[in-house]
Amino acid sequence: MQRYELVCVGAGPAGLAGAIEAARYGAQVVVYDENERPGGQLFKQIHKFFGSREHRAGERGFDIGQSLLEQARELGVEVVLNATVLGIYEGGELQIRQEDTIFPVHGQKVLIATGASENMIPFPGWTLPGVIGAGAAQTMANLHGVRPGKRLLMVGAGNVGLVVSYQMLQAGCQVAAVIDAAPAIGGYGVHAAKVARQGVPFYMSQTVLQAHGADHVEGVTMARVDDKWQPVPGSEQSLEVDTICLAVGLNPMTQLCRMAHCQTVFVPALGGHVPAHDQNQETTVPGYYVAGDVSGIEEASSAIIQGRVAGLAVAHSLGYLSDEDFAAQQQEQLQSMRGLRHGPFGQARADGKELLARSVQEARQ
Amino acid sequence: MRIDDHPILGEIPKGPEVSFTFDGRSLTGREGEPIAMALRAAGVLVHRFTAKRQDARGVFCAIGRCTDCIMVVDGRPNVRTCVTPLKAGMVVETQMGLGPEPGRA
Amino acid sequence: MSEGLAVQGYISEQELRDAPGIPSALRRSRGPVAVIECIQPIPCNPCEASCRAEAISVGSDITALPRLDEDKCIGCYTCVPICPGQAIFVVDESLPGDQATIAMPYEFLPLPEEGEKVIALDRGGAELGEAEVARVQKSKRMNQTAMVTLNIPKGWTMRARAFRLTR
Repeated sequence: MQRYELVCVGAGPAGLAGAIEAARYGAQVVVYDENERPGGQLFKQIHKFFGSREHRAGERGFDIGQSLLEQARELGVEVVLNATVLGIYEGGELQIRQEDTIFPVHGQKVLIATGASENMIPFPGWTLPGVIGAGAAQTMANLHGVRPGKRLLMVGAGNVGLVVSYQMLQAGCQVAAVIDAAPAIGGYGVHAAKVARQGVPFYMSQTVLQAHGADHVEGVTMARVDDKWQPVPGSEQSLEVDTICLAVGLNPMTQLCRMAHCQTVFVPALGGHVPAHDQNQETTVPGYYVAGDVSGIEEASSAIIQGRVAGLAVAHSLGYLSDEDFAAQQQEQLQSMRGLRHGPFGQARADGKELLARSVQEARQ
Repeated sequence: MRIDDHPILGEIPKGPEVSFTFDGRSLTGREGEPIAMALRAAGVLVHRFTAKRQDARGVFCAIGRCTDCIMVVDGRPNVRTCVTPLKAGMVVETQMGLGPEPGRA
Repeated sequence: MSEGLAVQGYISEQELRDAPGIPSALRRSRGPVAVIECIQPIPCNPCEASCRAEAISVGSDITALPRLDEDKCIGCYTCVPICPGQAIFVVDESLPGDQATIAMPYEFLPLPEEGEKVIALDRGGAELGEAEVARVQKSKRMNQTAMVTLNIPKGWTMRARAFRLTR
């Protein structure tokens, strides 16, 4: 059985950043990813990131992804693609599937960085070809260079819905409208403004009633909702669209965490059921760490910092880093992370993370 | 439906143009791109019909998780076309229900 | 509640008046100056980092709104393509008569050509009218964000925020 000091599950920003940090201090690291390309969601992000210089503000997601990959390779990190982690067991054992082969691997430490999956909202007609996730729209346009459709409706005005709407305009699609059942736009105003100034209308307090079409989407009917989320009779309107994009939230893909018996906590502000973790990103199972969206829905810049924090903690616990150096390095990263959780958008997440850390503390007593 | 020149990404790298068949029709796509993308670029959105109600289904998640895009490829059913690379000469067919059993005529 | 960034997707006149990144009419009449339409506390500060004249300040808490010191601003146009939110424009109302210019970030294809007539749009995408493209710049430093400068009437400098091609 192959043995490593750190096994990372997921080669997105969190997994790669964790691998890089641990390898930097001398740990022997492998990263498994089920996809044929590494980078997680990063390579689909064609907008410039926010934050500060240390958060790589102004750089586009795919450039950051590329540089993470190069750093990992330079440090001798093994990145294994088309490899699905089927299971994780006690004592650091994992089962990996590559095509028709299944084999076990052992990690002294494990970093689960499996990201998140998209939520969906069912409505009559939602199974028609043409109804796709917002991530799917990004994948088609930015990875494969194919427009998802000619004219689309974006359901969801959080950052994903807003950013993907703009990307669809850049891809040459028309965006008929951005709607959300909530009364206010949940994403950043500047993301919305980029879309609004191209003439895309925003309809808040709107829900999809039905998608129409014989064997693919040809139109959609929506209606206003009242303060109890119920459609208001008489407020129906129809739009001619061939694509309906659902951007209605992400939730952490915690299957492996739960299989490993990591305690989870329900934190709505972080996307749902989240594995409890302390400020080292370590779960209630010693030696098992989490980073990135699986540990709570945030952003790519947060995922990278969390990966680093986990990588540092792993390197330290493996003996590659002195207590003093570890404390200093960790402080720097935690400081950087705090900067991203300020303000009204970040406060709820910061509170959620604190709750998770307290859960771990209680579990350890 | 193909983006020739993307304002941020420029020309998205693609393999050479290859021919394949879809329900007996000859179509072209780019070698190595997901079968589903070659179909979408050619205007094909319906990948299969469900067993009970014959509802049309197609791509939903585009990353190999939801299985709505499955088709019969080279006689093999339940192939996730959004993550399976296109090869020259592939025979792609709309899947009806659970598809034919492999090895059966 | 139909006005405002959170509901319609673009800032209202009221929000504009209250924003700390907006230069006065007097300063605008003196020459090119930045107009920063960033009114939400999100963690972001490339504008401050890029400003050569130290006219934009965000501070150590990077969620603070960018403040513009209009007297320090030299209208150098550096911040326009830098802002990840495409929320910064540079306007120049110092030209004779009813002439003015506005520089906007642009990330679409095809790029317009200098001299081309386009339709200027306001923050909500409503058409203001025809405008001539004065300049198109796209350099490596701008990292794929082009900057398009339009000749517009003075009355549009605080309204025009996008354009569409007529071809």
